[in-house]
Amino acid sequence: MKTIMLGNQAIARGAYEAGVTVAVAYPGTPSTEITEFVAGYDDIYAEWSPNEKVAMEVALGSAMAGARTMVSMKHVGVNVAADPLFTASYTGINGGLVICTADDPGMHSSQNEQDSRYYARAAHIPMLEPADSNEALSYMKRAFDISEAYDTPVFIRLTTRISHSQSIVQLNEREVVELKPYEKNIEKNVMMPLYARPKHIIVEKRMNQLAEDASTFTDLNTVEMKDTKVGIITSGVPYQYVKEVMPDASVLKLGMVHPLPKKLIEDFASKVDRLYIVEELEPIFEEQIKAWGIKVIGKEIFTVQGEYSANMIEERILGKELELRDAEKLPGRPPVLCPGCPHRGIYYVLKKLKIHATGDIGCYTLGALPPLEGIDTCVCMGGGVSMLHGVEKARGKEFIKKWVGIVGDSTFVHSGITGLVDIVYNKGISTVMILDNSTTGMTGHQENPTTGRNLKGEEVPVLNLVALCKAVGIHHVRVVNPFKPKEVEVALKEETNREEPSVIIASAPCELLDKKKKRIPLYVNQETCRKCNMCMKIGCPAIQKKDGNIIINDALCVGCNLCTKVCPFGAIEKGE
Amino acid sequence: MSVKNILVVGVGGQGTLLTSRILGNLALNNGYDVKLSEVHGMAQRGGSVVTHIRFGEKVYSPLVEIGHADVIVAFEKMEALRWAHYLKKDGVMIVNTQEINPMPVITGGAEYPSDLVEQIKGKCDKTIFIDALSHARELGNFRVVNTVLLGELAKHLDFDVEQWEKAIEITVPKKTIEINTKAFKSL
Repeated sequence: MKTIMLGNQAIARGAYEAGVTVAVAYPGTPSTEITEFVAGYDDIYAEWSPNEKVAMEVALGSAMAGARTMVSMKHVGVNVAADPLFTASYTGINGGLVICTADDPGMHSSQNEQDSRYYARAAHIPMLEPADSNEALSYMKRAFDISEAYDTPVFIRLTTRISHSQSIVQLNEREVVELKPYEKNIEKNVMMPLYARPKHIIVEKRMNQLAEDASTFTDLNTVEMKDTKVGIITSGVPYQYVKEVMPDASVLKLGMVHPLPKKLIEDFASKVDRLYIVEELEPIFEEQIKAWGIKVIGKEIFTVQGEYSANMIEERILGKELELRDAEKLPGRPPVLCPGCPHRGIYYVLKKLKIHATGDIGCYTLGALPPLEGIDTCVCMGGGVSMLHGVEKARGKEFIKKWVGIVGDSTFVHSGITGLVDIVYNKGISTVMILDNSTTGMTGHQENPTTGRNLKGEEVPVLNLVALCKAVGIHHVRVVNPFKPKEVEVALKEETNREEPSVIIASAPCELLDKKKKRIPLYVNQETCRKCNMCMKIGCPAIQKKDGNIIINDALCVGCNLCTKVCPFGAIEKGE
Repeated sequence: MSVKNILVVGVGGQGTLLTSRILGNLALNNGYDVKLSEVHGMAQRGGSVVTHIRFGEKVYSPLVEIGHADVIVAFEKMEALRWAHYLKKDGVMIVNTQEINPMPVITGGAEYPSDLVEQIKGKCDKTIFIDALSHARELGNFRVVNTVLLGELAKHLDFDVEQWEKAIEITVPKKTIEINTKAFKSL
């Protein structure tokens, strides 16, 4: 049967068809939907883990115990999972283990543009890279075969344009795969120096063997010999751009991007007059191929930044001067906190009190831009907690009284807890704010340990954030309503002035969670409005100026009432 | 048939994703190769969003290139102009006249252009302006703006009405099939 599928959905389908029984992940754009779709298969156990390191370890345990297992994350998630990842390369697997990582060239939803192919090289783990949804599905199955044939985890690398593009896929039946028997084997699975040293030798042998065999993997590494004047080596979505503009060029498409098929590449290079490498982000193919003494053209004409396009290839390789119109210069439209977002009230008060904040990864990052300008930093998951402690240790107790750390519920569980332990353990006095909106918001509403439900939708024990903060040694934990600015202000003043560490939990569900809630838009009474612009300071997309008046866009307003609490003249009223 | 290139642009939250998925199913049901590229995650939160739809005998790239779009369906007036350079010379620009102020306008750092209709007409030869929000309101649900606009798009593509209705039926949530079909036929 043929159907149309998102790349991430096709990965999930591939896992299903490959007989996967355990799937683990932490959400992160552009990887999130893989696991959401996997959870739809009753034959697969699927979970959100608290973070990627935990997910990787759960996956390794499951594979070691004999199940075909997948673990999924975004590129920066691999950084979190790197510790077990590198050693999983040494232990190898038992049941097949596939690690899906989704890179984000162009940084549509990320804080950096790192290239996961480096991890494949650094950790000595083979990596496949599909170029559309159908390949995403079939490569998944192939990855499990390679994993079990070579006793290694296998990476599947996706990029945003593969993960979030839809194309046609061919569906097949699920393969029933029996659990591999488990046998205790400390030489294989206890990586102390005594056993790790000989394992490193085995890893090198394995990768050398794979590098040799890669030239025979003609289902993955495909040669399309046509006009021999120009040859192109490429992979992933750039392959599609190449085919779009150069249908007559000879192409070596790499479906396995690590290790590279040296013999196949040498053979291809010898048959074409000019050889180009078309790879987004880092020159990973290029540097290896150049090191073999093969003449290629790559980053001399391409860039290591952002996404490629068919137009770019037309210009850079074919040397065409395209008459492209420039984009119009218009006011930008950056993403914003939604109307009714509970984070807005917190940022309004922080700005009013001139309090700085170390920020974190999540919807609350959107409060960085004017008019809220609520955070000073955004680096990585959990950084909003630990960086705050660093600020205190650098500048002292008085300085930190004008600072807080901002972190969300899911992010706090991911890696904020250890930062909080550090604050208590090392005699910090800073104030951490957990913006608890009862969901993992930015990635599209995933459950997490604080929501009371798991990925399969079952009811589970709720992680009690108040009790947890108290247990790590925070004596002053208080919960506030972010829609009551006065209450937030009082709490912030008291807690930041304390000579002890404290936590303020701002608790209100994400506005988008309850789809059935009745939302009555507000309106501005033009007779009582004095145009003081106070309501504009909360940065709500629904509040606009039109012909000199302040109006509320009733198609956007959800009636959260935050603006009514900042209007000094009571000019904002409830609609019908 | 050469590949058809369509862009659906708008503001995160307006329902552009659903629109492109209806088109995807429509092309698939009619035996075409089809690729869609979507925006998920951060950019969806009230940002400028775009989905690319390409269908034909064989489709490689999931992206419509600058200067190659046959039709652009803009859910918001300023977004129409922002993406206008993607339109090919004789391409059709369908614009919902709804205005949504971006944050730089709300904060007073920039102004929402007052002459957008003239500017769009100056850039695109074939333009169609529709107050889809008012249409949707009259139908009793302001969320069906997307299917109102699809009704206009249908006039510029070669598919039977029955095919469109079938694509809508299999794509939208069950409870909204009736209102969406009604909205599709409202223009």
